[in-house]
This record gives sequence, structure tokens and C-alpha cells, in this order.
Amino acid sequence: MSDTVAALRAKFGADILRAHVVCGQTVVYVSNAKAHAILAWLQQDPDQLFNYLTDITCVEYRDAERELEVVYQLRSLDRKADLRVKIPLDPDGALEVRSVFDLWYGADWLEREAWDMFGVKFRGHPDLRRILMWEGYSEGFPLRKSFPLRGHWSRAEQTRQALEANPEAYYSLEELSISEAYRELPLDVRERLAKAGKVLP
Amino acid sequence: MGLSPLPIDANTTHESISPNWVTTRLDFLANWGRSNSLWPMPFGTACCAIEFMATAASRFDIARFGMERMSFSPRQADVLICAGRLPFKLAPVIRRIWDQMPQPKWAISMGACASSGGIFDNYAMVQGIDTIIPVDVYVPGCPPRPEGLLYGIMLLQKKIMGETMADPSLRVEHLVGPDGLFRRPELIDEISEPFGNSVHQTRSA
Repeated sequence: MSDTVAALRAKFGADILRAHVVCGQTVVYVSNAKAHAILAWLQQDPDQLFNYLTDITCVEYRDAERELEVVYQLRSLDRKADLRVKIPLDPDGALEVRSVFDLWYGADWLEREAWDMFGVKFRGHPDLRRILMWEGYSEGFPLRKSFPLRGHWSRAEQTRQALEANPEAYYSLEELSISEAYRELPLDVRERLAKAGKVLP
Repeated sequence: MGLSPLPIDANTTHESISPNWVTTRLDFLANWGRSNSLWPMPFGTACCAIEFMATAASRFDIARFGMERMSFSPRQADVLICAGRLPFKLAPVIRRIWDQMPQPKWAISMGACASSGGIFDNYAMVQGIDTIIPVDVYVPGCPPRPEGLLYGIMLLQKKIMGETMADPSLRVEHLVGPDGLFRRPELIDEISEPFGNSVHQTRSA
């Protein structure tokens, strides 16, 4: 068990629900209410510095009594250490956690995927919509255990709805453009673009 | 040359416009030209597309059959080769591409997934692209070897050689109907039924 767990217990007490080691990987269960504060602390504390968010995903187990888990896989690039943080949720209750988009920008699409597949709402996410299934997909959240493998509706109905979809209405060229990202480009790239006369207004 | 349906009224039957010597010779010429200069529109979505690339490359060399020019614009393509599984998300895309292709046009369904859904009998996958567009040749395999695809293309060439301009049904566009479907809903349900190994996938269905 890594030192991080002891530090977490000292700082957050009862909000660290339990911790164990699986295959050399430390797993920490934290309470939903304090999860964002804990993740922020793990990111910013000079002894922890988990500055890289590897993945966000969810797990739902076949056993009805087990909780649905939101999983954050963290890595500290400086300390070369990994940590897995899990938030247990009641699968029958409201699946809602706070977004960590404000901590790691990379959480954007990861949270969208978790929403798309499991229906977990990420409070505070700037643009929470489906990412793998198409806009307007209405059968539910495919990776939930209550979701039938072939979907809820007949193949004919699924085909009809798929053909009805208009991809261009949602996935436009404007969405794929990088014009909005211009201000966040590194300085040297912006200078090169300026030299080529490609400065955006 | 049969680019649009022949003007036929109610009294015209298939026999009454039976081919004579000139039309059969013209048919042969047109079909010979078409079958040996098919321009494929590659719609590669999965591992079949890798085999398709191998087919196009030097060892198997699809150019031997007059197809060295891959047409990445549907407007200049003759044959749509769907190489790989087709998710429902791509169904409107392949339908649009098919509608944009000018007549005469043909479609090859390459591989088990494109032909039947294959192992992906799940919520996300079209169970055979023939529920979306008309298909001329099905190539089995997972994925088919390049020889398999070449054999399918040769079958298509054979099929084209058998076409005649006297057949009024040949160049009819099969569009998506007013019910939003290309085939009857009962037929789609029937051909999408589980088969083979997927009948055992009943735990959550």
C-alpha cells in the first residue's frame, strides 16, 4: 500500500472509504461528496502530484448488491507512481458525480464516454453529450447491465432510426476545425502561423 | 445505354422488347467495357479493409481487372465495396454514398460482418448491409483473403456480362421508402435474427 493512502486517510478521514492493493495497483474508494476535493488535492499536493489523468471509466458488476463504480486512473509523471481512485454509486440511484474537467482538460471526452455508455452525469462538464453513439440515440446506456445485448427495440426500428439520423446536423466541419483552439496553441506555433499570414481574428 | 429506366407502358412486357442481334452486340460491348473498368469506392471500416488494401497492392494487384483507380469520391465510382462491419451510426453515411453514386452501380459486401453482422450481434451493428443498400455480391470470410475478394469481383464481372438493356428493372434506383426503410420491416427483423453462435447470447437479451 503506497504512502498516498496514509496521507489521504490523515487528510480526509472517513471520506476514504477503503483501500486495497490489486496486482500491485493501489485502489482507493472515496465518497462521492468529497471526491472532487480529494482528486484536486491528489493533483496539487507537492507530495502527490498526480498530474496526469490516464482514464475515466465505470464498472457495473453482475452482482446486484455491488455498487457501480466510477474509476479514475491517475499517474504522477514526476514521481512515476500510479493510483486508482473509485467512487462507489448506487446503481439504482441518481448517478451523478462532479466533473473533473476543471482539474484535467483531458477529462472532457473521457467523461462524455462514461456518460454515453453508463449514464453517469458529470456535474459541471461544459459539453456533456454522447460521443460514441450518435446524437439522439434513445435506447439508453449500452454498457449498463440492465441493457439487453441487442438493444431494446427491433432491428427494423433500429435501422429506421439509424437511417433517419442526419450526421451533418451534429458533426459539422466547424466542429472539427481548430479555430477555437488558436489561443491555446504554443507561442512558437502561433508565431509560425502569423508569419504565414494565417492569424485568426 | 440503360442509364435510366426504359419508357414502358402497362402493355409492354419483358418479351415485347426482346433483344435482337444489334442490342445483344451492343450489350456485349457495353458490358465488356463496364466489367473491365470498374472503379471501386472503398468503404473500409475494419480489418477487411486491410485485406482490401492488400488486394490493391502489388502482390494481388486489383489493377489486373481494370480497377487501379480507387475512387474516393462516390460520384466517380461504379462499385461500392463495403469492407468491414457497419455500425448503425454509419448506416446513413453509406446510404448517402450509395445514393450519390451514379448508375450503373454495383455493391460488394466484403466479409462476414458486412454481409450478416458477423460476430457482432449487438445493439450497435447493422445485421448485414443489405438492410441498407442493395448488394450484388457477398464475399464470405473473416476477413476474406485477397483471392476471395478477387473471386467476388470476378463474379461481379460475370454478373455484369449477363446484363441486358432490355431488362427495364436493371437501372432502377432503390431508394429509402416513405416509412424510412429500404426493406420491409418484417424482412429486416427476419434476416437479423440470431444464428450460429449468437443464438447462445441469450443471457441479457
